[in-house]
Parts: sequence; structure tokens; C-alpha cells
Amino acid sequence: MKAHLTRRYVFSASHRLHSDELSEAENREVYGKCNNPYGHGHNYALEVTVSGQVDATTGMVCDLVQLDEAVRHEVLDRFDHVNLNDREEFRSAVPTTENLSEAIFHILKQNFKAAHLEKVRLEETAMNSFEYAGGAEPRA
Amino acid sequence: MVYLTRKCEFSASHYYHNPEFTEEENRRVFGKCANLNGHGHNYTLEVTVKGEVDPRTGFVVDLKDLKEILNREVLDAMDHRHLNKELPEFARQIPTTENLAIAIWKRLQGKLKIAKLHRVRVYELPDLFVDFYGEA
Repeated sequence: MKAHLTRRYVFSASHRLHSDELSEAENREVYGKCNNPYGHGHNYALEVTVSGQVDATTGMVCDLVQLDEAVRHEVLDRFDHVNLNDREEFRSAVPTTENLSEAIFHILKQNFKAAHLEKVRLEETAMNSFEYAGGAEPRA
Repeated sequence: MVYLTRKCEFSASHYYHNPEFTEEENRRVFGKCANLNGHGHNYTLEVTVKGEVDPRTGFVVDLKDLKEILNREVLDAMDHRHLNKELPEFARQIPTTENLAIAIWKRLQGKLKIAKLHRVRVYELPDLFVDFYGEA
């Protein structure tokens, strides 16, 4: 039988939302206080959902230790306590949480093969969250 | 189609141990969950049902019915119990959160009069949960 397993992680990072393709006034208008020159930070909460057949001998979709290690090594070590604008992933993309969700999905897709990656869900604050399922409709 | 979710909590103990594994394999695969004296969790269960809103009542499901079914089929059987020793589902199966979500789905399936079961979500911890949609 196929089950979906979700694990939640937290990391903290700073960013500034600013597009080189927009004028100073446009940046200010589009991004508001997120465009302030020295940036600001968030405690992000990341939920990673994987799916697969429940293994008959272990009762598990995948080894949680392997999933934790992959997320720690590939995502948390990369993005925790950094300025997202410094990261290569955001050299030409604005580090909005939309773009960060997509980046994390693609990084995990590439580096975690023990179960099928269904989606990532990223909370920027307790009041807003973003989901990316590789282009598919995130499941209710 | 409208989706309705009801939440409840129960506390239970369990351990992970496969008698076909050696002690060393059990320890390697299941880590500290393999301790045969068990350990416990406060589980949170979210059951989502779906259906059309009945124009006469404005309900997708009678919440009283749903609550009674959850109490009878799940909480009475699992709350303050040892999952390995007291649940027939886990006489031969390991009570992982995956298998627990499947077992709860099977207990609830077919019991609702109107709405259709959509998802069973079981939180073992605030940072770990499993969803089961009844898929083979």
C-alpha cells in the first residue's frame, strides 16, 4: 500500500527581495519593506513529503534517518544561517519563498532517491506558506 | 465537493521489532525504536472526508456520527493501549506510523453513511506525519 510521509524541519535565513530588472521605484512598489537595502530574516519551516509502498518487512516508506541526513546535508547546511541573496541559486532569481520552494524541491529531487518526492511546503512566517510539487497540483 | 477534517488525539505505546531480523538488524533498522520494553507517543489523528453539501442540512457529514465512529473504531481501541500487544493488526505487522495510518483507514472504511473517506493523517510527533489515501 502506498503512503505519504511528511517530515518538518526549521532553518533561519535572511534575504532581500530586489529585482535588477525593475527600477528602484518599481522594486519599492512591488516588494515594499522586503526591498529594504540591508535585508531581513525569517525562521522558515520546511515540510518534505515523500511517498512509496510501505515495505512489508520494515513497515516504512523510507528510512527516516536517510531522509533527515539528505535534508540536513542538501538543504539545511546550504540555507540555514545564510543570506539567501549570497547563494548561487539566487544569483539570477529573487529569493522569494516561491523560488526557494522550487529550489529546495529540485535539490532534493536530485539528491534523495530512496522514495518519491511528492512536494515541499515552506512556511516563511506562521501566516504564509508555499507549496511546490514539481509542477503537479499539490494534493489536498 | 467539500472536504471536512476532524481531529482527535490518542496516546499509545509501541516498539518496532521484526522477528525475522536478527537482534543486530533490528537495532540497525529501527534504532532506539527497537527497545522491546517499548515507548509511547501522543498521536494526533486527522480524518478528512469529502462529499457534496446536503442542501437540506448544509452538512457534508453529520459530525456527531463521525465523532462516534472515531471514538468507537479508533480511540476506544487505541487510546492508552500498547499497539503491539493489544491491536490485532499489529500481531504480525510493525506499528509504524505508516501501518497505523493504513490500519485506521481500514477501521473507518465503509462506516460513514454519507460522506466518503478521503485521507487519514497520523502525526506521531509535531514534525512527523503520514497520510494515507486508500491507495494500493
